[in-house]
Amino acid sequence: MSALWTIFRRDLTLLLMGAPGRGGALLPLLFFLAVAMLYPFAVGPDARLLARTGAGVIWVAALLAAILPLDRLVEPDLEAGFFDQWALRGIAEEGVIALRIVAHWLSFGVPLMLAAPLSAGLLNLDGAQLWTVEVGLLLGTPGLAAIGVTIAALTAGLRAGAALGGLLAIPLTVPLLIFGAGSLQPGGEGGLLLLAASSLAALAIAPFAAGGAIRAGRE
Amino acid sequence: MQPARLAAYDLACRRGDRLLFRGLGFELHQGDVLQLAGPNGIGKSSLMRILAGLLRPYNGHVEHDGTRALADERPALDPHQPLGEALAFWRQIDRAGQSGGDEARADFGLEDLLDVPVRYLSTGQRKRAALARLAASGARIWLLDEPLNGLDTHWGASTQAAIEAHRALGGIAVIASHQPLQLQSLRMLSLLEHLP
Repeated sequence: MSALWTIFRRDLTLLLMGAPGRGGALLPLLFFLAVAMLYPFAVGPDARLLARTGAGVIWVAALLAAILPLDRLVEPDLEAGFFDQWALRGIAEEGVIALRIVAHWLSFGVPLMLAAPLSAGLLNLDGAQLWTVEVGLLLGTPGLAAIGVTIAALTAGLRAGAALGGLLAIPLTVPLLIFGAGSLQPGGEGGLLLLAASSLAALAIAPFAAGGAIRAGRE
Repeated sequence: MQPARLAAYDLACRRGDRLLFRGLGFELHQGDVLQLAGPNGIGKSSLMRILAGLLRPYNGHVEHDGTRALADERPALDPHQPLGEALAFWRQIDRAGQSGGDEARADFGLEDLLDVPVRYLSTGQRKRAALARLAASGARIWLLDEPLNGLDTHWGASTQAAIEAHRALGGIAVIASHQPLQLQSLRMLSLLEHLP
């Protein structure tokens, strides 16, 4: 148990604070805010239009922000031999990956939720919409984190893995986007339940898929 | 001290569609040191990874009693961290005692480097750090892939002394190395004899 706790502390420090060449939690956050800031410039300052489409933009921004750190989630540790050394000590890949999903979520999901009110202000969303966005992000970002870490494990060690990872992540995250943005339509509260369901499914599969990918990568 | 044993039975290794070696077997008990010899590309590193349990053999199996530790070309130390902290991370995972870690760091001359970020270390210094971690881990079976690469004569001798001390305490070591080793009762295994 204490070994896993040590690994988790390292993951969280690296993903939150970053390190040279690894970036931190700040980059996805700024990216998320930048998209929300650019959108009104692109479509014009029509408050009604922004209020109607803004929540969808927040979801697209969240999805893109989740893709941004993909290449540093697994690849550097695989390259440096960390996963081999953990395996030698009998620490299962699945456990390490599950911890990394939690650390990744804490370093990007939570900051996104904290930044959402700011985005909502830029996009002229009202309080009720913001509340739905926040609940949606709370339910959806764990799924985004799980899919992100899985993709990162699958593409680690490949040339152009980062670009490929982004392309692979987009179709897999579409359900989260549809249910998340859909929950903001009038009468779309059921979307939150489906969002939670998709998120749970991704969380359940991810440690095994990513762990299998890392083991297969050794062959 | 718990007994240590490492045995390989009829191992074969395939990389891609090429068979590297086959029919390879040995049995090591407490205090045995085995050197793997053979030219580049013959499969020494692959054999090392099979013995470590990281790679599945194409045929045969490996048995071991006692924990294994591997030192290969990848040190698994965070490049941006000072060496002391990077080693402390592994000491916490291995739950090795402070004294063992200090002793290993002294054996490999790392005390003056503890504040230096890992990325500024030279190849040899990084190698010494990886060996110190292995020595501090308390593992009974050492798997050393080219342990003397990048080490100067002085630290090469120190490394061999550390292996000798490990052997004297009843540990097992398997060493893949091109360089001749000055170790007592060293067994040799040439992979050339196990070509398909």
